[in-house]
Amino acid sequence: MRKLLIIASIAIFIAFFLYVAINPGDFGKPAGRHLVFGYPKYTDMDDYFITHGQIFSAANNIVTSIVFDFRGYDTLGEATVLFAAVMGIASVLRKLRRDEE
Amino acid sequence: MKMSKIVRTQSGFLYPFILIFGLYIVIHGHLTPGGGFQGGAVIATGFALVVVAYEYKDVRKWITANRLSLAEVTGLLAFIITAYLGLGSTFFRNWLANSGSIFGSRVPPGINPGNLNTGGVLPVMNLAVGLEVLGGLGVIIVYMLNYLKRGEESAG
Amino acid sequence: MLGNLPYITVVIVAGIGIYAMMWKRNLIKVVIGVSLLESAVNLFLVSLGYRAGGVAPIYTNAPSTKMVLPTPQALTLTSIVIGVAVDALLLSFCVVIYRHYGTLDPRKVRRLRG
Repeated sequence: MRKLLIIASIAIFIAFFLYVAINPGDFGKPAGRHLVFGYPKYTDMDDYFITHGQIFSAANNIVTSIVFDFRGYDTLGEATVLFAAVMGIASVLRKLRRDEE
Repeated sequence: MKMSKIVRTQSGFLYPFILIFGLYIVIHGHLTPGGGFQGGAVIATGFALVVVAYEYKDVRKWITANRLSLAEVTGLLAFIITAYLGLGSTFFRNWLANSGSIFGSRVPPGINPGNLNTGGVLPVMNLAVGLEVLGGLGVIIVYMLNYLKRGEESAG
Repeated sequence: MLGNLPYITVVIVAGIGIYAMMWKRNLIKVVIGVSLLESAVNLFLVSLGYRAGGVAPIYTNAPSTKMVLPTPQALTLTSIVIGVAVDALLLSFCVVIYRHYGTLDPRKVRRLRG
């Protein structure tokens, strides 16, 4: 019963997403409700970053200027997550008490 | 768990080059592909190479969890302080860009060959995050190895 | 149809990851499934931002100024580091569980408790 349930759920998952991924639709057109590789639909924000990134943050690498300047809060949270993970590992793998060694 | 002489010699030969390569990736983060995370991960990989190739008690003197943890905390504090220093207008403002001082040269718009003295606070934050990531990954490696080593001693 | 090959790859890799997470009875293999799912999500994010014929969004000696979208790449960078942290935490839990119970089977871990 459990194996049948797992197989059915995985099959439904793969079938649904393969339908979305394979669907030929209107291939090659920038707009439309289908997912087309190579033709993203909304690019206004990224075009703004590409054209203004060199003026505002004075860096050639647009990805770095987004990571550290335009979206600095994301990087702050990510650094906090890494710090919390390291603290968790240090508290899990800490040295045991003297009598247990 | 000591590797053979060939592995130890080769790792001792490769280790400085890995460190220099990671430092290059960190410092040139605002000009070429790369940045703080990637460079810090490369340097931590060099630490892992030395720790695996040699016996751990040989490198315990200078790769300690305390030093790596200090590097991690220093990097995180430097990152947050650099972000706070832009608080004259907003949090995370790029207060060094186009200022004319260090890292403050004006960059010509469009395709250019690149100048290391640009970027404002981006190189500072790259260095801080690189320090934090190398400290964090190094602490993970050292703690896991310590735990495994204690298990071997108590079992055998 | 084959123009969407990256998305098909994403679906297959995510399917393998979910299969490993639901089917396997070994905690190391479950962690491998989590890692595969993270990789599928990263590939999906990066391939969402691809623009046909674009180059990497770096102006240093760039061949042209038609560039791919930079925001998904930046957020994928964040996602990769968080994935590394989560993987390390899960693997350290696996090490501690094996040390305490002598097995990595989650059913036996519950039974041996006492």
